[in-house]
Amino acid sequence: MIKKSAHEMSQALAGGEITSVQLTQQHLNRIASVDTDVHAFLHVDAEGALAQAASIDAARSRGEKLGPLAGIPLALKDVMTQKGIPTTAGSKMLEGWRPPYDSTVVTNLKSAGIVILGKTNMDEFAMGSSTENSAYGPTHNPWDLSRIPGGSGGGSAAALAAFEAPLAIGTDTGGSIRQPAAVTGTVGVKPTYGGVSRYGLIAFSSSLDQAGPCARTVLDTALLHEAIAGHDPRDSTSINAPVPAVVQAAKSGDVKGMKIGVVKELNGDGYQAGVRSRFEESLELLAKAGAEIVEVSCPNFEYALAAYYLIAPSECSSNLARFDAMRYGLRVGDESGASAESVMNLTRDIGFGREVKRRIILGTYALSSGYYDAYYGSAQKVRTLITQDFEKAFTHADVLVSPTCPTTAFKIGEKSNDPLAMYLNDIATIPVNMAGIGGMSLPCGLAPEDSLPVGFQIMSPAMQDQRMYLVGAALEAALLAQWGAPLLSQAPVMGGAQ
Amino acid sequence: MSSLTYDDVVAKYEPVLGLEVHVELNTHSKMFCSCSTIFGGQPNTQTCPVCLGMPGALPTVNEKAIESTILIGLALNCSIAPFSRFARKNYFYPDMPKNFQISQFDEPICVDGFVDVEIDTDEGVKKFRIEVERVHMEEDTGKSLHVGGATGRIHGADYSLLDYNRAGIPLVEIVTKIVPGTGRYAPEVARAYVAELRDILRSLGVSDVKMEQGSLRCDANVSLRIIGSDVLGTRSETKNVNSLRSVERAVRGEMIRHAERLNNGDRVVQETRHFQEDTGLTRSGRSKEQAEDYRYFPEPDLVPVAPDALWIEQLRATLPERPSIRRKRLQEQWSVPDKEMSAMVNADVLDVVEATVLLGSDPTKARSWWLGEISRVANEKEIAIAQLPITPNDVAEIVVLVNSGELTDKLARQVVEGVIAGEGTPAQVISQRGIKVVNDDVALMKAIESACAAQPETAEKVRAGHLPAAGALIGAVMKETQGQADAARVRELLLKHLGQ
Repeated sequence: MIKKSAHEMSQALAGGEITSVQLTQQHLNRIASVDTDVHAFLHVDAEGALAQAASIDAARSRGEKLGPLAGIPLALKDVMTQKGIPTTAGSKMLEGWRPPYDSTVVTNLKSAGIVILGKTNMDEFAMGSSTENSAYGPTHNPWDLSRIPGGSGGGSAAALAAFEAPLAIGTDTGGSIRQPAAVTGTVGVKPTYGGVSRYGLIAFSSSLDQAGPCARTVLDTALLHEAIAGHDPRDSTSINAPVPAVVQAAKSGDVKGMKIGVVKELNGDGYQAGVRSRFEESLELLAKAGAEIVEVSCPNFEYALAAYYLIAPSECSSNLARFDAMRYGLRVGDESGASAESVMNLTRDIGFGREVKRRIILGTYALSSGYYDAYYGSAQKVRTLITQDFEKAFTHADVLVSPTCPTTAFKIGEKSNDPLAMYLNDIATIPVNMAGIGGMSLPCGLAPEDSLPVGFQIMSPAMQDQRMYLVGAALEAALLAQWGAPLLSQAPVMGGAQ
Repeated sequence: MSSLTYDDVVAKYEPVLGLEVHVELNTHSKMFCSCSTIFGGQPNTQTCPVCLGMPGALPTVNEKAIESTILIGLALNCSIAPFSRFARKNYFYPDMPKNFQISQFDEPICVDGFVDVEIDTDEGVKKFRIEVERVHMEEDTGKSLHVGGATGRIHGADYSLLDYNRAGIPLVEIVTKIVPGTGRYAPEVARAYVAELRDILRSLGVSDVKMEQGSLRCDANVSLRIIGSDVLGTRSETKNVNSLRSVERAVRGEMIRHAERLNNGDRVVQETRHFQEDTGLTRSGRSKEQAEDYRYFPEPDLVPVAPDALWIEQLRATLPERPSIRRKRLQEQWSVPDKEMSAMVNADVLDVVEATVLLGSDPTKARSWWLGEISRVANEKEIAIAQLPITPNDVAEIVVLVNSGELTDKLARQVVEGVIAGEGTPAQVISQRGIKVVNDDVALMKAIESACAAQPETAEKVRAGHLPAAGALIGAVMKETQGQADAARVRELLLKHLGQ
């Protein structure tokens, strides 16, 4: 059962073929058997998950009306607070911290009856593209354990690819949902900014962070999207409007007459040959399904990466200031006679990893008086230009597409000492965050040269998230017809026969 | 002690003021969360993930606080910005949960207003216009209590305790433009400005404006320049100024201190100074020579504030009478001379006198109670009149009793004293203390007769026309009636009894 989609599991639960407790136990067993190799989870809450599953089973037996994902297990990125459950954001700074409150996403998951298995690994405070920056050790890509699972949400993506969970929550600041989805052969969506509440999402860069759904199929992703999305009065940047009809779109998959814009600047040089060929083939499939393929140009995307690495570090330098040992989390050097200042300094020195410190320093510098206009100010102007590029492009096309990442999964350790090479991995995903629009990555095959998954990115205008699901569902169906089985069935078998 | 006199200072230098006033709004909940704002709760009982800056928690704006701020802006003749933003002011301090304060920077909600003040001088009433640069919103910090060490300051303390109940309470900061041209009256102008602001804020009902509890705090910036110069001198910023009187003293003290330094050829250091209530002097605090870099940037967790023009007009329509206009109106209605009016304003009794008058007392009597006996006790106890347990209702009741002859002035004072002492309402004090005017002429006649019988010679003298002798008999009657008789009535009856 664990290799099925959440939608199929849901039907099995509804039909009485299996109980949620059994389904949850199967996933817990899977975690026990494969996670020593994958290391997708930082914390597994077996007891809580089984209790939640039991209560869903009880509700079902009482004949209560349940949501479409009730009783289905899920892996939660460790950047989301869950009351009483250790939440670290991949940092030593928060080791042992148990939040006193649920994030809105968790509240929504619970009310949808979704069973939370545990918390998944991530780059520290979501800063990274490989999950190597976790203070708790890297996560391994189920396709090749010597490779990265992407980041920052590598744990969530790897959990899906290793069949440890059929659903997962990620967060995406510059690609942290889509890039891991791409390199693990799974599906991930960054909704329109404000579509899903950020309340309880431990902030990296507030104006860019967005939580979103991750799964193995487009429909499952849509079902999870609807479960977590919606207006939240506790997040003032949350959109007060109905959630786009993403499930309906994912079920339809009709792209006849749709215009699909290929972004000229997000292809070509720097993109791996196998990534490009799989992308081109996907375009042909979409054309066959009735879509019209056009080329669009977004000239200012060239500056997106540079601007992102000013805005995100600036906001993070401020967001992470609260980690000062005064109220929660790590406290170092608290000996008699030590001043508050020295405790703060020591704690931040020991508690933050190298990449986090690098970004705090970058951001502090960029916001400093005398540099603000040149750095943060200019970056904001670039952001406006990128948004305008998108607006213009969307007058020519209903959705825009590109490869999700320039390459397939690289080796663990390959780019750890070259932050710029690491940052370049997000070159195609960052513009979406800068403009606050929606983006999806879904698998479009294996690159011939390394037999690793390639991601196909679909971008839709703000509050038009259903469009990427339409296109995603169409492409997924066409690819499935070609392959005969989901891409993940080609992944190496782990954990013995299941 | 200073060798310079104040006259020396103002003969040579022109003071330039800049006043920053922080006002805690009296909203029920905090600026960015729903925690209570009640003063004096047990430490850290009025906190939540938002105001404790827990990871993942987000602020949402208290609409009532925005409304109050707009009201303040309108009352101070400001323009209300159609679009304003919150900004983060970044600096590390243990009592600030997020290590940044949500404030407003280059896009405040109200700009360009003014406040007119009047002060009494030997040359008559003088008017000054204080221009307001901006009014903006921000959140308050928590409180640190430094335990051990001699000074109660962080340096030298054994340990510190943090209370976050205050963290996130809405604050409004009102900043003036530089205020030149006040000359020797700078201290009085500063005081009058803060007093006027306080009255305006109180009339709006947006704050408790209690300086002693810190719900209204003033930072006074002072610099001096040689008279005639158009170059601004170096300023100091004095904090911890907790009363109107202190505002005046702090400005005067700083003017003298600056002048002494300048006369000695020293330079004034740009710094924060702390006002010392006991000495009236200031003590050096944080140096601001190296301007602190707060790395302001727009708060990404909050959407911009864009108040609807119609809403602003609706708020404008609810503005109460301006306190200065009200004072003029009351002065006219009560026919009070300027000096008396100033005395009432300075003693801060205008509200209570008006309330007492509205309850039916005549203005002169109401004024004389509040400004006399009651103010005297408040001064003695060094507390505000509002903190005494006597109300306008009590005073109005006492005035009625005096008018009807049920209380003499002397007894009325005893009743007031009792009410102030917390013995209850005037009626309760009268019954508990057994106070009763003896206005029963029959009872008085009895006492008079017995006094005359006891002192026949004295009675004879009075009968013979030697009136001063009556004093001894009146004294005896008063003693007999335990001081509760109306002495004037006793005298009247006695003289009549003795044929005078």
